[in-house]
Amino acid sequence: MEILVCVKRVPDTAENEIEVNKDGSDIERDDLVYSINEWDNYAVEEAIQIRDKVGGSVTVVSVGGEEAEEIIRREMAMGADKGVHLSDQAFEESDGKGLVRILQAAIEKGSYDLILTGVQADDGAGQVGGMLAAMLDWPFASLVNHIEVINDRTIKVGREIAAGNQEMNEIDLPCVLSIQTGINEPRYVGIRGIRKVASVEIPVFGASDIGLSPDLVGKSGATISRVDYFVPDLGEGAEILEGDTGEILEKLIEILQSKGGIK
Amino acid sequence: MALQIFSYILHKGGGVDDSALELVTAAHEIDPDASVTALVIGSGTDLYSVCNEVAPSYQNVWKIDNRDLSYANGEVIRGLLPRILPKGSIVLVPHEHFGMDLAPGLSVKLDTAYLPDAVSFEGIEDGKLKAIREEYSGMVSTHVRCDISTGAVITVRAGAFKADESKGKTGEVVDKTTEALTGGLPGGARRFIEIVEAEVGDVDITKSESLVSVGRGIEDEDNIEIIHDLAEAMGADVSCSRPIVDAKWLEKSRQVGTSGQTVRPKVYMALGISGSFQHLGGIKGAPFMIAINKNVKAPIFQVSDIGVVADILDFVPELTDKIKEMKG
Ligand SMILES: Cc1cc2nc3c(=O)[nH]c(=O)nc-3n(C[C@H](O)[C@H](O)[C@H](O)COP(=O)(O)OP(=O)(O)OC[C@H]3O[C@@H](n4cnc5c(N)ncnc54)[C@H](O)[C@@H]3O)c2cc1C
Ligand SMILES: Nc1ncnc2c1ncn2[C@@H]1O[C@H](COP(=O)(O)O)[C@@H](O)[C@H]1O
Repeated sequence: MEILVCVKRVPDTAENEIEVNKDGSDIERDDLVYSINEWDNYAVEEAIQIRDKVGGSVTVVSVGGEEAEEIIRREMAMGADKGVHLSDQAFEESDGKGLVRILQAAIEKGSYDLILTGVQADDGAGQVGGMLAAMLDWPFASLVNHIEVINDRTIKVGREIAAGNQEMNEIDLPCVLSIQTGINEPRYVGIRGIRKVASVEIPVFGASDIGLSPDLVGKSGATISRVDYFVPDLGEGAEILEGDTGEILEKLIEILQSKGGIK
Repeated sequence: MALQIFSYILHKGGGVDDSALELVTAAHEIDPDASVTALVIGSGTDLYSVCNEVAPSYQNVWKIDNRDLSYANGEVIRGLLPRILPKGSIVLVPHEHFGMDLAPGLSVKLDTAYLPDAVSFEGIEDGKLKAIREEYSGMVSTHVRCDISTGAVITVRAGAFKADESKGKTGEVVDKTTEALTGGLPGGARRFIEIVEAEVGDVDITKSESLVSVGRGIEDEDNIEIIHDLAEAMGADVSCSRPIVDAKWLEKSRQVGTSGQTVRPKVYMALGISGSFQHLGGIKGAPFMIAINKNVKAPIFQVSDIGVVADILDFVPELTDKIKEMKG
């Protein structure tokens, strides 16, 4: 099976406090630690496991500036066979649809049976997988937390729905799936793995390489644009307990007792 | 000119989801004069009661009623809606597991803009709708401008808009089944098989009066023990956020949130949990909330009654000792 996994480089929210910059035009990017989008890492692991079972290859693709190469390489160290880096000035400031047009153009240059995306990335949109499938006119399933290959035309997928329940579907290939966290346990990537792929050439393609008209993407192709970043004023919030640890502990226990939190 | 806005109605077993009335409010925040139509899709007597229930809140109700639609699969609905929706429509869909399945692709099929997970609207200017979204798990918000001149599909966050309880003139129910199904049932490349129910765990956190809930801030599996110790000292049960379940440090039945359990305790302690909307979506009944987090800016503090800014790895064992000491 030929599998393509879409991956994005994002600020690691577990490692950073995300703050708005002075004029609200962006988040504060100095000293940010970046990593692969959490969901995408699960998607790559799943692709590798499928390949190891039924054969074929795993390609990872990312749209982004020069820095995107770092996460493509990381996922190759994990076990992906190939990397594709889509990068062009014309791609900058694309909205979700623009981004999907870029991916679509690249996908139509290749030949894939299965495309995996993460459920969502840093801006919480959860849009790329579903839009990509519709543009390719392939079937789609979101929030996938289980995949079973039935044969070379059909797979069975579990979708996570409410209350921990799972919706099972059969879906024909080729298709697009958005992968939910927890579907597997992504393998650890050590220094040795990274070294092994350090000198692998990762091809970079721009708009003309994938036969994409630049005005369909970037700012000119966008129907959605971000005006600013801000921190909403949500009122008072919690009463923060102050004092030394001893005082805080005492107050907290008193409160817990009065609210019935200690039996 | 008043906009034509459609709301996708979620329902189950004949009962209407809370989002149905929230979408009325959202539609009127987009355009106070909008004509708002409920889209009700399903089958049989269930559908009949759903239509009756939403009709007083919507100007129109469009129903698609067919046995094959008794379990709505996103792939099928995505094929049906473009057959009945007028060009340039604005379609509102709840941002949850079904909406996330349906909506992005629907915007492509309708050739309209897609605006995901809106939490507020601030009017229309030059054909562009101004909306508020959140990024980075709610740590920052953004204003976005969405060109709605050729329509839009917009997903709306649950609970972000108040339910519109004002009932107006009862809307007319229009049967769109024939129009929608001309050409047959679409979406055959994805076939629904069954629902697999969640496994039942050893504790039922939905019945707990007091929960000690742990998140990614616990950092390591070995540290989970300090949470169990605290819960034991308090006489509380242990619950958690999703990453703890993903890492298999606790069983799925202890996960609080939209894709986990809905809990109604009296006291909820969030330890090293940031406060994403999917997590908070599982906490009902307005419990007394206490958050302990090392980041003073964590969104969880906005929704808690009491906050402690501390490293849980240090603070929690001290709290446990103190409670034990006090109990003697
Ligand atoms: C469709 C969908 C459904 C989802 N369903 C759910 C769901 O049902 N339940 C759920 O919980 N999530 C759900 N999520 C995931 C959700 O979006 C968040 O990713 C998740 O809730 C984050 O968990 P967290 O707060 O534990 O981790 P994080 O967001 O990483 O937060 C960790 C927090 O711990 C703090 N911290 C770190 N170290 C320490 C320390 N030593 N001491 C004190 N504080 C510390 C940090 O400041 C941070 O605030 C869902 C996501 C999607 C897309
Ligand atoms: N720049 C990008 N390059 C490649 N894939 C991306 C990019 N942005 C988003 N994706 C994919 O789309 C998924 C969902 O992201 P989003 O729709 O932006 O929330 C991610 O998990 C990735 O799989």
